[in-house]
Amino acid sequence: MTLVQDRGRYGFQQLGVSVGGAVDIDSLDLGNKLVDNEQSAAVLEIMLGGLEIEFARRTIFALTGADANATLDGVPLAVNISYVAHPKSHLVLGMVSGGLRAYLAIDGGVSTPEILGSRSTHIASKIGGVDGRPLAVDDVLNIGESSTSNASGLVLSGYEPESSQVDLQNLTVRVILGPQDDEFSKAGIEAFLNTTYTVTDQSNRQGLRLDGPEIESRSGRYDIVSDAVVNGSIQVPGDAKPIILLADRQTTGGYAKIATVATVDLPQLGQVSPGTNINFAAISVEESQRLLTDRRERFATAQIHKLVDPISLGIDGEHISVGVADNGEAKIADVEGETYPVSIDEYNHAE
Amino acid sequence: MAESVLSGDQTRTYPRLVPAGDSAILIELGSEIDPEINSQVFALADSLESAEIAAVVELIPTYRSLLVSYDPTISKYDEMRARLDSFVTELEVIVEAASEARLVELPVVYGGEDGPDLGSVAEHAGLSVQEVIGIHSGIDYRVYMIGFAPGFPYLGGLDQRIATPRLKTPRISVPAGSVGIAESQTGVYPNASPGGWQLIGRTASVLFDVTKSSPSLITPGSKVRFVPVQSHD
Repeated sequence: MTLVQDRGRYGFQQLGVSVGGAVDIDSLDLGNKLVDNEQSAAVLEIMLGGLEIEFARRTIFALTGADANATLDGVPLAVNISYVAHPKSHLVLGMVSGGLRAYLAIDGGVSTPEILGSRSTHIASKIGGVDGRPLAVDDVLNIGESSTSNASGLVLSGYEPESSQVDLQNLTVRVILGPQDDEFSKAGIEAFLNTTYTVTDQSNRQGLRLDGPEIESRSGRYDIVSDAVVNGSIQVPGDAKPIILLADRQTTGGYAKIATVATVDLPQLGQVSPGTNINFAAISVEESQRLLTDRRERFATAQIHKLVDPISLGIDGEHISVGVADNGEAKIADVEGETYPVSIDEYNHAE
Repeated sequence: MAESVLSGDQTRTYPRLVPAGDSAILIELGSEIDPEINSQVFALADSLESAEIAAVVELIPTYRSLLVSYDPTISKYDEMRARLDSFVTELEVIVEAASEARLVELPVVYGGEDGPDLGSVAEHAGLSVQEVIGIHSGIDYRVYMIGFAPGFPYLGGLDQRIATPRLKTPRISVPAGSVGIAESQTGVYPNASPGGWQLIGRTASVLFDVTKSSPSLITPGSKVRFVPVQSHD
């Protein structure tokens, strides 16, 4: 399933409009930075993989998030680096590994209509993206005006999205207790913090439903008078098992919320599959805000630099393959001082 | 104004400010559905809105609490909490100064194709169809909050005489504008959606329009009056 997503639709939650947006926001941000987009630009979020795109014109793009074993006209591509696609070239995403969602950022951004200030697709309310639905075969997407400084072969030094740094099978998720942790008994809080929960298959962009030990409430009741929820609210309904609310959550909920996920640990939750083990660790609000400030600073100060001149390349371990060059004649790639032979046999789309 | 409520074996005092993660603070003014508390929530929301605090990203007023989401890279928790506390301290003054609720009138065709369950609601209540319409359209409903779906109002004040359980089997699609009853709640579906409410009528008013800068006809804190009409013209 492929959805148009950006950072989300803010300002209308009091009218019942869900925020939505990319669930792995770090991968969204990285992709946009690699193709020199505004942070607010829309990208494609591809769950599980399986997408083929034909580019109509010369386009700079980057893949981030889960590695979808993508190829451009047959040449394997790496994640977290910008490439150029030439007119009529085909980008094919296979099945993802090391995560659940791949992101495709395109120079200029996906320019589906802006609805209430965002292009994010919210399927439940049929808002945003392409008619509020996932992409379908033969859809044509318009791309916004490209930036002047766009280039291929760019990487962001000294910064990796958190979701690529952690063990996605056994995740520790930092939380701030509350706002309604006092609805739960001491034993309930202990179960929540000291045992392992498993992501079930009843999980989607709205939330992750977890299985594991029951979390006891003080009164035996779990419902409260409905109030607002946030990204990462952990509510405990009547079955006493936690649900972590994510991007597509409704704006309000009627269950007590035992804790809230630290913002820095949210992107990883967009990459976990059913079966993932989750342990919760409580931290203070202050600590969580420090972590977030650090993360944002690290991202803001990380330098874009050109890894290699030629246009398309895939890196897996030692193997480096290089695709189309701007003049169609490149036979040698210079990668950090080493030269590599380049096959351009399959490439005839050069400008 | 502080009110104590027993929650489990613990006593809480309202109002209270609690963190909802690292980017929001929840201001709880009570734990129950109460028109007075709800009015305080909206007065507080209006007052914070007018203050245009730089770090505040969004406000979500609900039955009995106000969620304030903020950017922690602009204001840290302690600073934000102190700022909000100063508003809560002034709550009585803020409520005094609050403007009167806006009234939204919705013309409704009751019964027939527009309200296929009107007959069964009347039967359940032991009243005539006309009596049900009279009771339902006879009062103004408070919009306690909007949630569940874009523009979906949670209305309070339904006359208990016409309270009716939900349908045993929800409809796959309920037309936009349908007016329904579920237990002691009444409401109106802004968009076509699946739904289990007993449908007693329908309004042709457009409740939610994404192309407008104020997309929702019904806003939190306003009041809704259903006005019986014979046709949608």
